[in-house]
Amino acid sequence: MNESSDHLLRSRRSSESLFSRFQVAGLVVLTLIAVISKFYLPRLIPSAVWLEVPLLLTIYFGLMRPDPVPALLFGTFVGIAEDSLSPANLPIGMYGITKTLVGYFAASVSQRFNVGNSLIRLILCFFFYCFHEFFYWVMRRALLQQLVEFDTQKELLHGLFNVAVALPLYLILDRMKLSDQS
Amino acid sequence: MAQHGSALPDHPIFNRARSYRSLVVLVVVIMAQVIYLAYQVKTGRDERLIRVWAVSTVTPMAGAVEATRHNTIGFLHDYFLLLDVREQNRNLKRDNDQLRMENVFYRNQLATAEHARALTMFQAKTPSRTVAARVIGDSTVSTAKAVFIDRGSTSNIEKGMAVVTPDGVVGKVAAVYPLVSQVLLVTDSTFKVGVESQKGHIHGTLNCGSGRCVVEQIQNEEDVATGEWFFTSGEDRIFPRGFPVGTVISSQPGNGMKDVHLNLAAAPGEAEEVLVVLDGVHQPIPTGVVPEEKIAKPLAPPPADNQTSGAQPGTIQTEADKLLQKYQQLGKEQDHAYGALYSNMPNFATKPVPKPPVAPPGSGVAQGVTNKTLGSTPILGAPTNSTAVSHAPPANAAKAPTVKPPVLHNPVSKPVLPLGSPHPKPNANGATTPPPTQPQ
Repeated sequence: MNESSDHLLRSRRSSESLFSRFQVAGLVVLTLIAVISKFYLPRLIPSAVWLEVPLLLTIYFGLMRPDPVPALLFGTFVGIAEDSLSPANLPIGMYGITKTLVGYFAASVSQRFNVGNSLIRLILCFFFYCFHEFFYWVMRRALLQQLVEFDTQKELLHGLFNVAVALPLYLILDRMKLSDQS
Repeated sequence: MAQHGSALPDHPIFNRARSYRSLVVLVVVIMAQVIYLAYQVKTGRDERLIRVWAVSTVTPMAGAVEATRHNTIGFLHDYFLLLDVREQNRNLKRDNDQLRMENVFYRNQLATAEHARALTMFQAKTPSRTVAARVIGDSTVSTAKAVFIDRGSTSNIEKGMAVVTPDGVVGKVAAVYPLVSQVLLVTDSTFKVGVESQKGHIHGTLNCGSGRCVVEQIQNEEDVATGEWFFTSGEDRIFPRGFPVGTVISSQPGNGMKDVHLNLAAAPGEAEEVLVVLDGVHQPIPTGVVPEEKIAKPLAPPPADNQTSGAQPGTIQTEADKLLQKYQQLGKEQDHAYGALYSNMPNFATKPVPKPPVAPPGSGVAQGVTNKTLGSTPILGAPTNSTAVSHAPPANAAKAPTVKPPVLHNPVSKPVLPLGSPHPKPNANGATTPPPTQPQ
């Protein structure tokens, strides 16, 4: 790790205070809200079935927390919570593994890039959504031998849709961070 | 002392270990999940404890939200629609708006009551014992089609039960929890339904995994017309036979098998209230509800010929006449119309039942056979006789014999066959539906 990255980490220390102050209960509540949104929102808005709020939260937590260990553990927790509400023919752990990797990679990326820029965050968000969906599809196909269709164009569109939702969501979370610091 | 708050001493080896700490944790967590996943797949066990915790945590909140929405969303929606009007006429229309809002509220209540009444009527009509449930949430996997309903094991729901609406099939119960159940929809890629066409009784397998519903396993030689209805065949041992599935929107010869695309009668993903079939009872494929039956009317003459020639036993002069009479009688007994389209192939191996006069429609013998065949049906836990089904209306049971004789010349006027009536196709799969005409 060179001087510039050390400087970057030091300058970001203030922004990390959000998660240092984030209590476990807060994270659990956020996870619960995210999972419920995925559980219930499609009943109100059918197109929300493609909305991955738990994933967006995992990415945000990973990007804002350069330490990969908490990020991957948070991803594991969110993923398993999501798995537990998945159809019974899908074993628990599919989303857990996928989101663990997403949390780890997001935190690793945040060690090397200044992810305070919204544009970079959204690009990363899009990339991680595509990675998440593709990896999940590969796991269903390889581990469970379930032949599920993977439509690249649709997934890219869904990625853009999630990015569009991530934009205000991340702003709200950033605002929460600022209010928390003040 | 250690840097970065770590407990490891400041040594090059430990520094290196510290630098790989996150990677080690990642590998450990991933491996643990992979092993756990492999254990579930290998043993086929669903990890119930975690699911119960999660479902018990999430569903009460979602259920409360859903109940609130269900009761208030229409009210609030119309309230906001009227907001502009009220601003313009605040003073003049205040009382009027209040009355309107009340009307909206009552209208919503009425709509809900009417929907519930429709479900209740369907429950009374169907012989299968059912319990109504409300959809409260979706699955968290976007590519998997599953919903949660607000009935669980406390309502005697068990895993594998069929879920339907009056319009058609919805899915099956995939997991049961105390207060909620998870329903795997027929549109899920892993779900297949045994179906049977209405006219030709052609059996196939419904697969909606690719986004479009396709009936598989139908030979190119089979005749499936566009607009024809498909019903559940009961062969999947989930859905009782005779529930509507959908209509054919396209039927074309394919590579080896016919490409038959179906338009589902019910929208499984959009259903808000469903019925869980607690005790399924097979029903015959109804013949009188198809709009295309009007096209089949011109095919009526052959049965008329059968009846006239068959009613003249005194004109027999040759062996050919005897054979002709025998086959006509067989066809009559087995509901077959010679020369008619969509008529089943009669079983010529059976001997015609000697019955001097024409059996009146609705004889008690037919009722006995009906109950016998239903009782011998081994699947879906169907009761051994019609009296075992608590919801089976006695009126239906009384109607059973009336539909036994063939009414080939006017299929539209033929009432829907009641529960437990024999399979109209005598040489069908004997395991599910024994032949209706048993030698006495």
